[in-house]
Amino acid sequence: MMSEIKKIKNLKEFSTSADRFEGANLLCPGCAHSIIVREVLNATNDDLILAASTGCLEVCTAVYPYTSWDASWIHIGFENGSSAVAGAEAMYKALKTKGRLKQPERTPKFVAFGGDGATYDIGFQWISGCFERGHNMMYVCLDNEVYANTGGQRSSSTPIGASATTTPAGSISYGEKKNKKDMMAIMAAHGAPYVAQVSPSKWKDMVAKIQKGFAAEGPVFINAISACTTEWKFAPEDTIAITDLATDSLVFPLYEIINGTELNITYRPKNIVPVRDYLGAQGRFKHLFTKQYEYLIDEWQTRVDLKWEQLQRREEARV
Amino acid sequence: MADTMELRDIEVWDGNMAASHALRQVQVDVVAAYPITPSTPIVENYAGFAANAYVDGEFVMTESEHGAMSCCIGASAAGGRVATATSSQGFALMVETLYSASGMRLPIILNVVNRAIGAPLNVNGDHSDMYMGRDSGWIQLDAYNPQHAYDLNFIAFKVAEDHDVRLPAMVHQDGFMTSHTAQGVHTMTDEQGFNFVGEFKPMNDMLDLDHPVTHGVQTEEDWHFEHKARQQHALMTAVIPKIEAAFDAFEALTGRRYNLVETHQMDDAEMAVICMGTSVETAMEVVNELRANGIKAGVVGIRVFRPWPMEQLAAVLKDVKAIGTLDRSSPHGTMGMLFNEISGSLFNTDTKAVLTNYIYGLGGRDLTKAHLVGIFNDLKANMDAGKPTTPLQQYIGLRGPKLSFF
Repeated sequence: MMSEIKKIKNLKEFSTSADRFEGANLLCPGCAHSIIVREVLNATNDDLILAASTGCLEVCTAVYPYTSWDASWIHIGFENGSSAVAGAEAMYKALKTKGRLKQPERTPKFVAFGGDGATYDIGFQWISGCFERGHNMMYVCLDNEVYANTGGQRSSSTPIGASATTTPAGSISYGEKKNKKDMMAIMAAHGAPYVAQVSPSKWKDMVAKIQKGFAAEGPVFINAISACTTEWKFAPEDTIAITDLATDSLVFPLYEIINGTELNITYRPKNIVPVRDYLGAQGRFKHLFTKQYEYLIDEWQTRVDLKWEQLQRREEARV
Repeated sequence: MADTMELRDIEVWDGNMAASHALRQVQVDVVAAYPITPSTPIVENYAGFAANAYVDGEFVMTESEHGAMSCCIGASAAGGRVATATSSQGFALMVETLYSASGMRLPIILNVVNRAIGAPLNVNGDHSDMYMGRDSGWIQLDAYNPQHAYDLNFIAFKVAEDHDVRLPAMVHQDGFMTSHTAQGVHTMTDEQGFNFVGEFKPMNDMLDLDHPVTHGVQTEEDWHFEHKARQQHALMTAVIPKIEAAFDAFEALTGRRYNLVETHQMDDAEMAVICMGTSVETAMEVVNELRANGIKAGVVGIRVFRPWPMEQLAAVLKDVKAIGTLDRSSPHGTMGMLFNEISGSLFNTDTKAVLTNYIYGLGGRDLTKAHLVGIFNDLKANMDAGKPTTPLQQYIGLRGPKLSFF
């Protein structure tokens, strides 16, 4: 039975439509994780079976004897949120075959959340396995480009020039030396039916993608930019403004890839802002605004321009 | 509905095949697994059953053993019967998740076909992986032959899934010596096997959509200790009575008797060896021969390794004067595990047996009858002297000069 796609009229209705993730949690004020999670959960009326890898979301939402989750939720370890939900999905299929589901008429959705550490780094093998096997699940990466839960160590999602505790900026170092790993391309290469990059500040675009993802048969990868007030070093009230700078500077372009081949750009900023503005708004890039390292800002701009051009070419060529 | 398989009363099965048929007969809902020698045939046989409609659950071939146990945990928390198999390096890779499974009180069954752990890499049987799991909070049952590997799987499901227990269980068998050695195995019909374990009864199941549950929470110094204490409480109080009840029920059904501690010629034994796995049956043969010469020797086999049957062992050993503990795992810097555990089991009792330790069979090295005769000669000398006449720890069957410690 296909479940109906939920109709969402406006932001007010959307933001309050289903409280399966409670406001009572321990995430930092201004953390984008909670906004992203609510947008994912609120995009559907279907039942949800959720998993989280160890990280900010996990440690802040299930501290015994409390839980912030009004949907079944599981956490095992840092690397295996994907496999946890894949196992639950396998059990759903088994009990469906055997006629032992307690509510056989309902069609739960299976969603795993993980930070970029759990996704790009330590959990990568498990995610790849789940996608290769084709579980009917959605994996949402809450990409804040750093190991935020443990105090700001670099991950393979940390961009060049960011100062992290394990790649600190100093007199002879501009911070992180490696470019951010292209997870979108890697996950699309698995042949997944749907892969998309989303921003919680562009909520209409995001909800459309989450709903497309829920409607797809097979594994779906969502990469969500999650601005981190603590580690990116901006004021908690600026989360959405920073997120908008990321999408409008095209540092974090919004696009989708269907069946590993068909690429669509889903958001074209009316006024593209310079990358400099995005970098300048965050403390983690502060050292780039010195004589010694400012050449990196131009390099950043060039890199972003090239990527944007490449995405447009792929979209045009339908490859 | 899965097809029924007609079995002969006695099938010629190796330990792997026996375990596979047990998993088939209890109709596991999800098997998530990753192949590794020597447990691979369990997974392959099961895949064959799935390909021919003899099982109708989900069979998930994962990308690693860690992924396999992670999937098993998700599946078990979702609410159904779950099992897998592994060995050695794969077991080691799983260890992190073993603690998760027991801490989350999920009744997963893991067939461990015991194998050495590298380096140096070795595919043959020893007990290094079994020993590695002993603090992980799982029930651990030990098979000595393919019949046991078959039977103990049914016992494991029945005990682990009991709502008073809700703990995962391992069924151990020796790599190659049991897993790849075909013997006659008495079977149950599919119906008998399934009914012995019964329908899976879910508890705190994620798939009960009207009653959401949170699995795998965070606790720090405020509650972690209490959670671990409850786990220990269940292991120490609930499990042994349930295992004994399952052994009784199994005997009533099949006529085959299992005990927490297996004994051979122990009623009037003056000296005994204690061991696990296939070595128990080798030792039984040697004891029969010694008995023919009037030597009062006996064998104690550990059947239930965790929880440790401390009182039962103390009772069985109360009258012996010399004990040899045989460990098939390198203790790496201390006495063998069985030496330490048996010491602990006897220390506050009246038993004053002379206790010694033998390290043997690492990486699949044979334990011969001659080795055991030599051990019993040591025990006889220790008994007569009333004190150790040899070093406390000796390596048996090692090439080159003799090695001993303490």
